[in-house]
Amino acid sequence: MNDITQASGASDFSNVGRAPWWRRGFFASQTAYVAVALVVIMVVMSVLSSAFLSAGNLANVAKNFSFVGIVTLGITLVIVTGGIDLSVGSTMALSAIVCAIVMQRLAGTAVEGIPLLAMTLSLLSGLGAALLIGLANGLLIAKLGLSPFVTTLGMLSIVRGLAYAVTEGRGQAPTGSDVDLFYALTDGNLGGVPVAVIYLLVLAVIMGVVLHHTAFGRHVFALGGNEKAAALTGIAVDRVKIAVYVLSALSAGFAGILMVGWLGSAPANLATGYELTIIAAAVIGGANLTGGVGGPAGAVIGALLIEVIRNGLVLAGINAYWQIVLVGGIIILAVLVDRVRTLRIAS
Amino acid sequence: MSLLVLDNIGKEFGAIRALSNVNLTIRPGEVVGLMGDNGAGKSTLVKIIAGNFPPSHGRVLFEDKEVHFAKPVDARAVGIEVVYQDLALADNLTAAANVFLGRELKRKVGPFSFLDHAAMNRRTGELFRELKSETRPDDVVRAMSGGQRQAVAIARTRLARAKLILMDEPTAAISVRQVAEVLDLIRRLRDAGIAVILISHRMPDVFSVCERVVVMRRGTKVADKPVSQSSPEEVTALITGAKEAA
Repeated sequence: MNDITQASGASDFSNVGRAPWWRRGFFASQTAYVAVALVVIMVVMSVLSSAFLSAGNLANVAKNFSFVGIVTLGITLVIVTGGIDLSVGSTMALSAIVCAIVMQRLAGTAVEGIPLLAMTLSLLSGLGAALLIGLANGLLIAKLGLSPFVTTLGMLSIVRGLAYAVTEGRGQAPTGSDVDLFYALTDGNLGGVPVAVIYLLVLAVIMGVVLHHTAFGRHVFALGGNEKAAALTGIAVDRVKIAVYVLSALSAGFAGILMVGWLGSAPANLATGYELTIIAAAVIGGANLTGGVGGPAGAVIGALLIEVIRNGLVLAGINAYWQIVLVGGIIILAVLVDRVRTLRIAS
Repeated sequence: MSLLVLDNIGKEFGAIRALSNVNLTIRPGEVVGLMGDNGAGKSTLVKIIAGNFPPSHGRVLFEDKEVHFAKPVDARAVGIEVVYQDLALADNLTAAANVFLGRELKRKVGPFSFLDHAAMNRRTGELFRELKSETRPDDVVRAMSGGQRQAVAIARTRLARAKLILMDEPTAAISVRQVAEVLDLIRRLRDAGIAVILISHRMPDVFSVCERVVVMRRGTKVADKPVSQSSPEEVTALITGAKEAA
């Protein structure tokens, strides 16, 4: 048994290999090569079509992808914990509708006597609706242990139904004395850049800091890595779970309200089917549906990639129906490339 | 002084008697092997010590004071840590992140508190050096060997300044070299004055690292003697029931 004691002792890691820097961390992630693919596609498109780099087209792409991108940030948090949120598209619609209706109701009342109050109240109502949806998702999933897929699938239907029920199918346009400011805040430009893009980038930076430099962010990753281990170390698992569903819903509510500014109205079918684009963006950007992997850079890059390709097909004059087919193909391709790459590194 | 005393512990689950009249004393810095066949009551005993559930009868004394654990956190608070068989590590996080999981070091910046990565990596590096383990604090656990994972799990208990560590089958399903590493880790814990209860099915491990072996059969303790006065053959006989008691 004496030989056993000689088994260790060195601390120079002479027999423990380490991958070179370009094969670990960000450089070895799906996010990194999707970013490279994005750059390549953008270069190719700018060569093929002179319209692609025009200011108008770029602003259009930027705005379109921001709505999806903001919700992708939120859903990425949920996906990192190993969950899923299918109710984001419906939440976008209901938040937008609640915001617009509250604005209509407050128009012409005494509330308008105080500057900004009407708009603040309507924004808070819209976000409040989202918060309640997220809270319901989170409580059902964390406290009652229901499956995230089924819970949020049910919520998708409930919330979409509510959106039709309260509007009776009619679009709701924001009105009132603050309406110009509302449009400036949701659909304006700052230094030539659409505000939606600025919101997206600011939120992405905040999310990056929270995920990688706070205890909450670390617990989000720990939940996705090994939920049982997280619970054993005393992490408040239920609270973290509820928080990610609430944040996901809030991001959806916020994006929904921005879309009201863009469209000038909140129709009940707003963002129908967006949940699939949003989940696709997160997955293309490198979030792993089994949990534990994902981040804001991936969310932004994934959302941008989908929008750039859609835009490219439009510029090329290809039928819109084919765009849907292609987006599906890209999702499978991104995951496939990642699979091949991890197999190669492992062997 | 004894670190842990189990005084006449019994446990029933409904009509099933899982443990009856178990007495066990653990001294500081002692490595005790706990053996027995599946269903002999090892896990029940360990779960009582770890605070997963209370005993039906009997008393638990830790450092000569009677303790009542309602949940694992209570046991951890007095200095009892468990290294689980599946190690309970988050594969996607670094070694340092796992060691500090749930008790992260933070720095205040205004009203916000941020993780202090440098301090956590430094402290984790120190723990690995103490354990003489070739493990880097900033490596991701997914890429680690079984022995390194054990080191991470054990470093976590060291961080908590545990006085008694329960190790549940730490050498199951790892390679020969890694078994040697884990046994070495246990010796370092002993040298640091920490008591270890090693739950194992592997006779060579228990006989190479433990001072005492405790054998359970059908919910009772059938043997509790120094390994120098026993043999793998005797322990096997005790486990299977070929020999009644020793």
